[in-house]
Amino acid sequence: MGERTSSPPETLPERNPTEQARQPASGGLTRRGFLKGAGITAAGTALLDGLQGVQSQAAETGPAGVKEYGPNAAAVTLRVNGRERAVHIEPRTTLAEALRVHLGMTGTKISCDRGVCSSCTVWLDKMPVNSCMTLALDAVGHEVTTIEGLSEDLERHAVIESFVRHDALQCGFCTPGMVMSSAALLERNPHPTEADVRMAVSGNLCRCGTYPKVFAAVLDAAGRHAQKA
Amino acid sequence: MNPLIPQSAPDAVLGAAADAAASTRAVEMPVGIPGYTLREEKRTVPASEPPVLPVNKDLNYIGKPTERWDGLEKATGRARYTADVQLPGMLYASFVNARIPHAKIVSIDTSEAENYPGVKGVHVMQHELGNAVLRNPALDQSRYPVVRYAGQPIAAVAAATQEAAEEAAAKVKVKYEALPFVVDQNLAREPNAPQVFPGPADEAGSAGGGGGDSSVKQKGNIHGPSVNKHGDAEQGFKDADVIVDAHYTTQVQTHSALETHGVVADWKPEMLTVYASTQGTASVRAELAGFFKLPMSKVRVITEFMGGGFGAKFGAGNPGVAAAALSRKTGAPVRLMLNREEEHLSVGNRPSSDQRLRIGAKKDGTITAIQLISYGTAGCGTGAGCAGPATNLYKWAALHTEENDVFINAGPASAFRAPGHPQGAFALEQSIDDLAAKLQMDPIDLRDRIDENPVRRVQRQIIRESAIWKSRNPKANADAGPIKRGVGLSQSVWYRFINRNSAAEVRVHKDGSLEILSAVQDIGSGIKTVLAQIVAEQFGVPPAKIAVKVGDTNYPVGPNSGGSVTTASLTPAARDAAWQASRKFLASIAPALHTTAADLSISDGKVHSASGKFQPISFRAAAAKMDTDQVSAQARRVADYDPHHYNTYGGVDIAEVAVDTGTGRIHVKRVLAVHDCGRPMNPTQTISQINGGMIQGISYTLFEHRLLDPNYGLMMNANLDKYKIAGSLEIPEIEVQLTESYIGQSSTDASGIGEAAGIISAGAAIGNAVFNATGVRIRQLPMTPAVVLAAFNQPQSTLEALNGEAR
Repeated sequence: MGERTSSPPETLPERNPTEQARQPASGGLTRRGFLKGAGITAAGTALLDGLQGVQSQAAETGPAGVKEYGPNAAAVTLRVNGRERAVHIEPRTTLAEALRVHLGMTGTKISCDRGVCSSCTVWLDKMPVNSCMTLALDAVGHEVTTIEGLSEDLERHAVIESFVRHDALQCGFCTPGMVMSSAALLERNPHPTEADVRMAVSGNLCRCGTYPKVFAAVLDAAGRHAQKA
Repeated sequence: MNPLIPQSAPDAVLGAAADAAASTRAVEMPVGIPGYTLREEKRTVPASEPPVLPVNKDLNYIGKPTERWDGLEKATGRARYTADVQLPGMLYASFVNARIPHAKIVSIDTSEAENYPGVKGVHVMQHELGNAVLRNPALDQSRYPVVRYAGQPIAAVAAATQEAAEEAAAKVKVKYEALPFVVDQNLAREPNAPQVFPGPADEAGSAGGGGGDSSVKQKGNIHGPSVNKHGDAEQGFKDADVIVDAHYTTQVQTHSALETHGVVADWKPEMLTVYASTQGTASVRAELAGFFKLPMSKVRVITEFMGGGFGAKFGAGNPGVAAAALSRKTGAPVRLMLNREEEHLSVGNRPSSDQRLRIGAKKDGTITAIQLISYGTAGCGTGAGCAGPATNLYKWAALHTEENDVFINAGPASAFRAPGHPQGAFALEQSIDDLAAKLQMDPIDLRDRIDENPVRRVQRQIIRESAIWKSRNPKANADAGPIKRGVGLSQSVWYRFINRNSAAEVRVHKDGSLEILSAVQDIGSGIKTVLAQIVAEQFGVPPAKIAVKVGDTNYPVGPNSGGSVTTASLTPAARDAAWQASRKFLASIAPALHTTAADLSISDGKVHSASGKFQPISFRAAAAKMDTDQVSAQARRVADYDPHHYNTYGGVDIAEVAVDTGTGRIHVKRVLAVHDCGRPMNPTQTISQINGGMIQGISYTLFEHRLLDPNYGLMMNANLDKYKIAGSLEIPEIEVQLTESYIGQSSTDASGIGEAAGIISAGAAIGNAVFNATGVRIRQLPMTPAVVLAAFNQPQSTLEALNGEAR
């Protein structure tokens, strides 16, 4: 696949953002290409400029610059939360697995493992992606930000503290992903409406049903986030 | 505390004799609802009990909106769930699951899997936990457990990586002797249907919906009926001026907790340590100790954080047993977390229901008879009964219920948030609205007539005065459309269940730090915060400063968190422990302060001398005077103060919907939920749970549906993209009002809210709202656009016939 729509779609998908991303522009559907497109979360689909950023960088590696990996594990370097991290991974290893299993960074959760619940949301160059649908190799050369990274600066990301203050969590398993989607929204839109917040977390499933307080927490954090930004 | 006492033992066995022997004292306790019915009532309590706790407005920490104790750990990703546990040398395990729905296993060849690179061990299941068990096990005549559903675990493989485990699992060769199967509940009721079990079968721990016990007869796949009769129902219908008679169906719902079932088991000669995603550390320990014949002292279960259970996560289950067996075999810790498909198939669901409900009433609304005949499927388990609401919500002169379980070749159900009640209330509360319409009564007036519960009465009054209810047009189908608006009401009921197998320990350290310990697990409802508040109230130290240590069977035994028992069971033990620790603390500092413990008291974070020996000093300064580094007290739950007083909890909820009559889509716009749970310990968390219960109920009502393919017997939507759950775009505006309601039952007088919190009432509230909007009744769940449009397109005469509205 590789190509994506360059103009905003008429309506954004409610739950499954992969529907539009999985349309192959030409040729067939490859697992690798599918994973590349499918990693984008609902929050990510709203960030088309960011999306193009990833696309263009991916294109720079172009056919001539392609390095082949696999089937065995190979050493690569991921840039996670501003630090270079060496990992020994197979080509099929997803970014979520690389973070959780290989780097022991378990703040990122895996719940559905097929890109529909967004528990595994991380940022790739500030764009929220489903890390369970992103190959770790595709993250090479990009800045990966996880919940651990976001948590290093609680001052900057008022949304974390706001989640706690508004009790926007119960069992907490969806919370890191929910926070990553919400913080990404505030990064690109300091003054969101409730409808914006709903759309930004529309891919994030919460089985405890904590959504009303998520909306309140993000809107409350928005004002303070904007002041600092 | 006596861990050998079975949890099902009645209070009488659990030490009532000891309580009776102890001395008692008479106290006056607040009872009723502040602002409405608050009064004082006498109770006789054990002399060792702490002073009566005043109502919330007179307290500093209990009952105040309090930040979740572990909120920051969760929001920053630091919280370590079972799925996050990584131990040195840990292996990853994967199940081999049955791919056909009914079969005898002829042979299992694990040789290729065992030789697969990275594989360290294979375990073949010799027992299946969760399925109903034949009364006569010899009938199965099978070397391996018979496969009763597609997805049943057959074996498990442990390997160095998850990938290797999954690949090797695919190399296990299972030879089946396929048996005829049935996955359609209606077909399964036919006399010549394929038999799921070759004889009567029962489930020890059922889905909790009633009707499942082993005294019930079984014919074919029908395990039932479980009959409950009071008075003469037929006479009641003869005496009735009006009868509503209707047929309702509800679907199977899967729990779909975001953290799947699973464990990390670490079997060492001296101790089996198991990290488990569970609602009951005690239940996991008991099942593993029993299964492997280990002393309970050699099994330790840890649940630091838990990613949702909703009733499905009790006991070790098949994953726990398989992981422990693999760990024993390999000598390494083994992680076995289910994948999302397995989570849908093999570890529980809410049973379906097919209900024929008749209600007879006099012209004034008085109910002369209720009759409910229900059939539901809990797959190859039991517990699909749903007569709770019909039995317990309203006053009747006669009652006749028959609950039947229908076995099909699908995964066994398990308890799911208010077992049986969302199904039962969906039918009952719509029929009560039908009755109101027939009697030309207001739905709230009718409920005032037939429901004497004083708390519900206050709650209905709050609803009656709400803006949403006032905006309701009493006439159905009043809007021109195409989008029609309506408002509907439903009540819910749940019960005061207590597990006296609940204890806590409170420690005071010489540096003024405080900790509370209990094996109880925090499943997301926030018991950690509540325990901190209790210690905070006793010592005058903010809750955030209290160290809360839970989720470990090394601590005093905790209740399993199901049926909304945790708060009601554990908080009195915690308060008693805090009170007793404070007495020991005062005795420990008295010598250094040249006084006696009786002269000392703690309030507002200061230690006071009644005789004026010294000016009040801070708790911390006082702690430095302790004559030991630590004092501690452990207390166990005492019996309810008034055991003859049977309490229910519940609520009254209203929903406003907009029904698109062109597409059949129902949009829930606003909800007002008015609920009680005794003394609310932390309104912040209580409201969160009610939001969640209501949202789960909306999701159940409009979207969720387990789909089984009748040709192959497989689940067609065993994932989260095809199994639709309500998301952020489908959430209405929800307002929650807590009814603070004192009942004089324990040292905290608190109870849980999990079950009563909206999931019971959402279906009927929406159904009644849709009727108010459109004049059409939807008696089938989920109310998908197709179902709604089909109902619109039924001629009204057919609807009447379908609903069997006699008279």
